[in-house]
Amino acid sequence: MKKNNNIISLKNICVSFDGERILKDINLDIRDKEFVTLLGPSGCGKTTTLRIIGGFLTPDEGIVEFEGRDIKNVPPHKRNVNTVFQRYALFPHLNVFDNIAFGLKIKKLPEREINRKVKEMLELVDLSGFEKRSINRLSGGQQQRVAIARALVNEPKILLLDEPLGALDLKLRKEMQIELKRIQQSLEITFIYVTHDQEEALTMSDTVVVMNHGNIQQIGSPVDIYNEPKNAFVADFIGESNILDGMMLRDRLVMISGKKFECVDGGFGENASVDVVIRPEDIQIIPPDEEHICGVVKSVTFKGVHYEMLIEAYDFDWLVQSTKAATIDDTVGLSFGPDDIHIMHKMKD
Amino acid sequence: MRKLTAAPYLVWMAVFIVVPLIVVAYFAFFDGGHFTLDYVASVSQYSNIFIRSIWLAAIATVICLIIAYPIAMILSDMDTSFQGTMLMIVMLPMWMNFLLRTYAWMTILGNNGILNQIFGFFGLGPFKLLNTQGAVVLGMVYNYLPYMILPIYSVMMKIDKSVLEAAQDLGCSRIHVIFRVVLPLSLPGVMSGITMVFVPAISTFIISRMLGGGGNLLIGDLIEMQFLGNSYNPNLGAAISLVLMVIILLIMTIMNQFDTDDDKVLM
Repeated sequence: MKKNNNIISLKNICVSFDGERILKDINLDIRDKEFVTLLGPSGCGKTTTLRIIGGFLTPDEGIVEFEGRDIKNVPPHKRNVNTVFQRYALFPHLNVFDNIAFGLKIKKLPEREINRKVKEMLELVDLSGFEKRSINRLSGGQQQRVAIARALVNEPKILLLDEPLGALDLKLRKEMQIELKRIQQSLEITFIYVTHDQEEALTMSDTVVVMNHGNIQQIGSPVDIYNEPKNAFVADFIGESNILDGMMLRDRLVMISGKKFECVDGGFGENASVDVVIRPEDIQIIPPDEEHICGVVKSVTFKGVHYEMLIEAYDFDWLVQSTKAATIDDTVGLSFGPDDIHIMHKMKD
Repeated sequence: MRKLTAAPYLVWMAVFIVVPLIVVAYFAFFDGGHFTLDYVASVSQYSNIFIRSIWLAAIATVICLIIAYPIAMILSDMDTSFQGTMLMIVMLPMWMNFLLRTYAWMTILGNNGILNQIFGFFGLGPFKLLNTQGAVVLGMVYNYLPYMILPIYSVMMKIDKSVLEAAQDLGCSRIHVIFRVVLPLSLPGVMSGITMVFVPAISTFIISRMLGGGGNLLIGDLIEMQFLGNSYNPNLGAAISLVLMVIILLIMTIMNQFDTDDDKVLM
């Protein structure tokens, strides 16, 4: 079942530039009609992965399969894949219409059909009436829409998007996120989206692929990735986290900062060194007592929806988010339940 | 404040550009204080020299363009570390004295020159290479080629590489990318390259004198003769210069018309 559904399969992909390993044995299956996001910090290899799928880069090792066929040696212009580039890469010598019609003209479609398809695309991206407009006289958001229309008009099986919203302001970015998701669902094609913005990834994706240092850290749905991060890197990258050194005394009992806590994880063995992740929004501030970890409030910052506080306890600065502000220099207790404690193997990297 | 800082340049332009132009125009239209159209009218008797100059300069410009365009494209495509060295090799001949460079071609092309000696070794020739129109065009191409390469190269360097990838992504083969994207985007460089080669080529007198012999006079030679030669006539010299300037302006205006309508230049 799953096997037949894969539109792209990357198998054991390795890439090096100037002796530096960019991708280390990447294995990734992408299902048809899925919205997949490659998420990670800059230099993690996400754009390189996208360029391999687009055909702009040939991997040193490994196999790229498109619907089960090896396409490693198929040049970009013969792949049924189109790309929305990071800084749009529109043709400055052509107007809006000619930019969008570019791919169709190469395919030598009849003029009437080109006109009809471009018109449809302009409607889809809400730019009707802009046909004759010069590219240089468009705003960033409009250029972005032209870039998307130019790629989609060719009816690709896969649309690759390389940080397409990076240059837009926050409000426009949110609008475009919803817009992109709508387009993807109405056209029913596969989107492979590259971003370093975790919120963007969680908002739009069916599947998130978290990458770091040329490795895939975790593949899963946005909910899985957020609630069940596989390691401390994923936990830290997807939202802010407190990552502490802990000791797993036995199954479902962990020691943090010299205190024992019940938790829900097991299978780490006895007296094993682990990473403990606790989300800042899962911590309540209570009056100090013997049972809980206690610390001194170092800073309080107003963030709109909530306050963000740094509380120093046992040489660790705890990040706590709460709708109630604490007073600076007060000693407070930190309360969290067994469900809020996420235990992870120590990171090797 | 802005006007004040511009003042030195305005003075400079007035003294060194506008005043000389007025002086040239004065000599062309006035003889001993009397207005006359005789000199400008008499330029027409040299129309064959004008046509030859335009023709040879145009051929040289086209050849420069054909040679320079691929070179500029290859240069801009190279590793940045390698580009500097290659660019220097292209520029190197320009640092050698102009006269010496042209004189060197005389010894290469002459009847006892290196080329004819090589031909002779195979039992061919000697061919008449020097003192021909071909030699003049060769001299122009050799001397002005860097002026074609540089502007095209610098425009190509500014083309966003992702635009070329976008073209490939949308179905262009490599050849298609060149004709559909690189060529139209590099057109401004081509235009300034044509200007920078055509204008000095049409008014050169050294190249035509050294490589063309006496039989291939160009406008430059004609003008020079009016000031330094036996047929001393500064009024006629000024009139010829003025007519040449108008012709160049006309040609450049026509060229710039194509620039805005880029598809027509291409196909």
